[in-house]
Amino acid sequence: MLPINETMGQYSELFMLLAAGTYTVAFIAFAWDLAKSSKTLRAVDLKAAGLAGAAAARVPVAAGVGASSSAGTVDRADGDVAGPVGRAERPTSSVAGGSGGNAAGIGHTADGTMRYAAERRAPARVAVALTVLGAAIHAAGVITRALGAGRVPWGNMYEFLTTGAFVAVAVFLLVLVRRDLRFLGTFVVGLAIIMLVAASVAYWTPVGHLVPALQSYWLIIHVSIAVLSSALFTLTFAMSALQLVQTHRQKTIAAGGADKLGFMRLVPSALSLENLSYRINAIAFVGWTFTLMFGAIWAEKAWGRFWGWDTKEVWTFVIWVVYAGYLHARATRGWTGTRAAWLSIVGYLCVVFNFTIVNQFFNGLHSYSGL
Amino acid sequence: MSERVNEEKKSPAPGATSGGSQPDGASAGKSGTKSGSMSGGSPVAAAKAEAVLPTLGPLGMLRWAWTQLTSMRTALFLLLMLAVGAVPGSLFPQRPANPSIVTQYIKDNPDYGKILDSLQLYDVYSSAWFSAIYILLFISLIGCVVPRAIAHYKAMRSQPPRTPARLSRLPEYGTLVLPAGAGVPASRAIDDAAGLLTKRGYRVDVRDRDGARPSIGAERGFLREVGNLVFHTALIGVLVSVAVGGLFGYSGQRILVEGDTFVNTLVGYDQFTPGSNFQSSQLEPYSVQLDKFQITFDRESQGKIGQPIDFQADVTTRESPDAPARKEVLKVNDPLTLGGTSMYLTGNGYAPVVTIRDGAGNIAMQGPVVAKLQGDNYYSSAVIKVPDAKPDQLAFAGFFLPTAFVTEEGVSFSGDPELFNPQLTLNSYYGDLGLDDGAPQNVFELDVKKLTPLNARNLDAGGITLSPGTSYTLPDGKGTISFGGVKRYIGVDIHHNPGQLYALIFALLAVAGLVTSLYVNRRRVWVRTGTHADGRTMVEYGLLARGEDHRLAGEAAAIRRLLAGAWDLDDDGGSQSAPSGGADNNRADTTRPGASAGASADVGQASPDHPAADFIQSTAGSSESKKEQ
Ligand code: HEM
Repeated sequence: MLPINETMGQYSELFMLLAAGTYTVAFIAFAWDLAKSSKTLRAVDLKAAGLAGAAAARVPVAAGVGASSSAGTVDRADGDVAGPVGRAERPTSSVAGGSGGNAAGIGHTADGTMRYAAERRAPARVAVALTVLGAAIHAAGVITRALGAGRVPWGNMYEFLTTGAFVAVAVFLLVLVRRDLRFLGTFVVGLAIIMLVAASVAYWTPVGHLVPALQSYWLIIHVSIAVLSSALFTLTFAMSALQLVQTHRQKTIAAGGADKLGFMRLVPSALSLENLSYRINAIAFVGWTFTLMFGAIWAEKAWGRFWGWDTKEVWTFVIWVVYAGYLHARATRGWTGTRAAWLSIVGYLCVVFNFTIVNQFFNGLHSYSGL
Repeated sequence: MSERVNEEKKSPAPGATSGGSQPDGASAGKSGTKSGSMSGGSPVAAAKAEAVLPTLGPLGMLRWAWTQLTSMRTALFLLLMLAVGAVPGSLFPQRPANPSIVTQYIKDNPDYGKILDSLQLYDVYSSAWFSAIYILLFISLIGCVVPRAIAHYKAMRSQPPRTPARLSRLPEYGTLVLPAGAGVPASRAIDDAAGLLTKRGYRVDVRDRDGARPSIGAERGFLREVGNLVFHTALIGVLVSVAVGGLFGYSGQRILVEGDTFVNTLVGYDQFTPGSNFQSSQLEPYSVQLDKFQITFDRESQGKIGQPIDFQADVTTRESPDAPARKEVLKVNDPLTLGGTSMYLTGNGYAPVVTIRDGAGNIAMQGPVVAKLQGDNYYSSAVIKVPDAKPDQLAFAGFFLPTAFVTEEGVSFSGDPELFNPQLTLNSYYGDLGLDDGAPQNVFELDVKKLTPLNARNLDAGGITLSPGTSYTLPDGKGTISFGGVKRYIGVDIHHNPGQLYALIFALLAVAGLVTSLYVNRRRVWVRTGTHADGRTMVEYGLLARGEDHRLAGEAAAIRRLLAGAWDLDDDGGSQSAPSGGADNNRADTTRPGASAGASADVGQASPDHPAADFIQSTAGSSESKKEQ
């Protein structure tokens, strides 16, 4: 067991604060990007409306469920676009791409495939750069914490929160390399700020040794996968929530209603959101399956039984079953789209509940929260 | 899912199966009704058809019930029920884990405690309703997996589906044109394509090779469904393994003071919980002696000084009474494995060693007294029962403090977990302990109702306070107690679970199946070739995915690249890794607009009733869509 290095611990706390500060500026930049792009898009739309009359109003949502009528004659694949509602063959990338292409034409920040569009969004670039900087400082915070304690930095609530926030931001940035998910920036960075503040204010714990129950290499395997999966679930939660809003908005617009949620123009169509969140959820589900299994193996090593319905085990199981339900819903007639999105949201709420309430208020063998 | 299974059953012809997957339009017309049941051409109509109660006999009713139970919707519903059903087990104390807390909970909540009990909310995971949910789920699962496995076995042995009339209607579509001088006639082109697809892992079927319009149907990714079936079947395996563990396993507890030896026989346990099919002959008589138990306490983390950070039990084990002795170390997270069981370190504490002489001057009791942890820094309670004392039975109850401090108000507490100032403070009693009638008693509790106090703080004699090496003489010549020293004890759990290994194996199988089914894509490719009047060879291809497949466009591009490479075509479309949909759907058209658009039109003109009409269709379609964009 390595000795405690308090100085490192203090550096770590400083880094965490600096990271939170940087994130706050990044958050403002992301919000600015939303506001600005929304305005630009509005102007584009107004111009388009002037040119093409009422038809233009429907263009921004052409990628969506409600759009099959208008786009159907154009895009062969639109027969599939018409469902997530009741289909065995789920849409493939060409569907999202093909119809997303329509929307990209008028300046969606993220098109159906969520690839980067040509136009430059200065505030968004600033925001991403700041997030990268914040994440770098944050990484330094996590690493100095690990060095200070001489072990992996996830052994109590403070460390779960600080490391978890880092992983969430890092996963977000990694996905950003391939996909333009900058519209999620305010959400992810905002969440990271909340987690860092909560860690520092409510759960602050000085660097220290692990209790013997946690001294196991399974801590490294089990918890890291759990945190990683949770970070992915965080992304899909945000996307599913946006999907619900977007579905509502698309329906309103398709029915000829006014578009009251202008900023949602920045967000891809509901179908694109659904498809990408499904893919991320599938990865996260595999991760969660491993979390569950490794947890069981560890429980066997530590307590002599691999499954005992301890509160933490119960909730890990519940989360697993909810997301299994989500995967099923995507293949069940009448359960795709909105209902599946709700399952994804419920699943994430269970993840949050498992982490916050269960860790603190439920007595169980997992009383390691360090409170 | 049963929908899907039935669908496949109804349409044994491989071609027809694909009908359900036709995106829309003319080709779907042929199989429209079938696809309706699956892809939900009209979900409302389908739902209505499902909702109509059949006016069939009892057998029909059974069939109907079975169909309902094994439907995907029911599976989803049961899954969600399972999630909801598991929750109460985390809200209320559970008997299997904590029987005494449940009893206390019912006492504390007289208004609803009993009601909850009658709803089995303290035994959620063995309750009738929870069992009903998961048993139904697993019946549904079996009813699901078996027909699907059969259907899939058939699908794997049948040919890829017939080539659709209009490939251009598939989600991924493209054309290639070979110049007349290339020397690749339609039949060779189809052979080349077949070779390439075979190499790429497709199962390929060439049709009408020497006809005017040869084509191939190709399919790959059967492992996807296999993975799914393995996953679901393995879940059954996990459940069965857990059940086996419950039936044939056992578990028990034992407290070992330094120097004690545990022998794995029924009497060796302090507490023993057999599985329902347990036989005591299962126990292998190994032995474990606790030589020494060491604890390291944290002396450097702020706020956590005095917390244990390492436990280590040095033990001597013997596999059988006459096997050689072995030195081993038992730690938290690092159990001992012996005789098919595992032994876990689950608790520890101090055991003051006392010697008690009775009124007659004989040693009535001598040895360590296991003190039960009560508070911080190993503040522990001690109970000593001395039924052998004469003329009166004696009893002591009080506290053991490893580092005793006393506040000004006279409250004593322990200042440190280490033995810096060990102290035993006791009250003493005499009378009938009630042990003679053989009724079991909790060794950690003393019922003083029928006893007469001898020593207590509120009596004239006062309480007893002992430090190591000191003795105390009880009032009225009842005897003496001396405190010799302190040993440590550990609590160990011993478990045997024969299902465990199988559960692990099935869980690993499940994960393998899951990953396979999520990341293997089931795809179909069709290629059709034809010779143009001017001698050029026209090639068109289309791709279709079964199930979620976001890499279909990439696959189309890869196949295009391979074909173009095989025929030395200068086709930059293929190098585009993931094209946007518009370009993708008719790559030849967009990348080499002049050549192929013209060519396709020519084909149509040259032979208007030729199947190549497809070419025109697609070309027209795509140029239209380009305009639109
Ligand atoms: C113990 C309960 C069950 C669990 C935990 C479970 C879990 C899952 C998961 C995680 C998937 C997605 C991964 C994959 O495709 O392999 C899946 C897919 C599937 N499950 Fe289950 N399942 C259960 C019961 C059932 C039952 C009872 C049925 C039949 C009614 C069923 C039918 C299916 C089908 C058809 C798919 C493939 C869906 C697709 O095409 O994506 N499952 N299941």
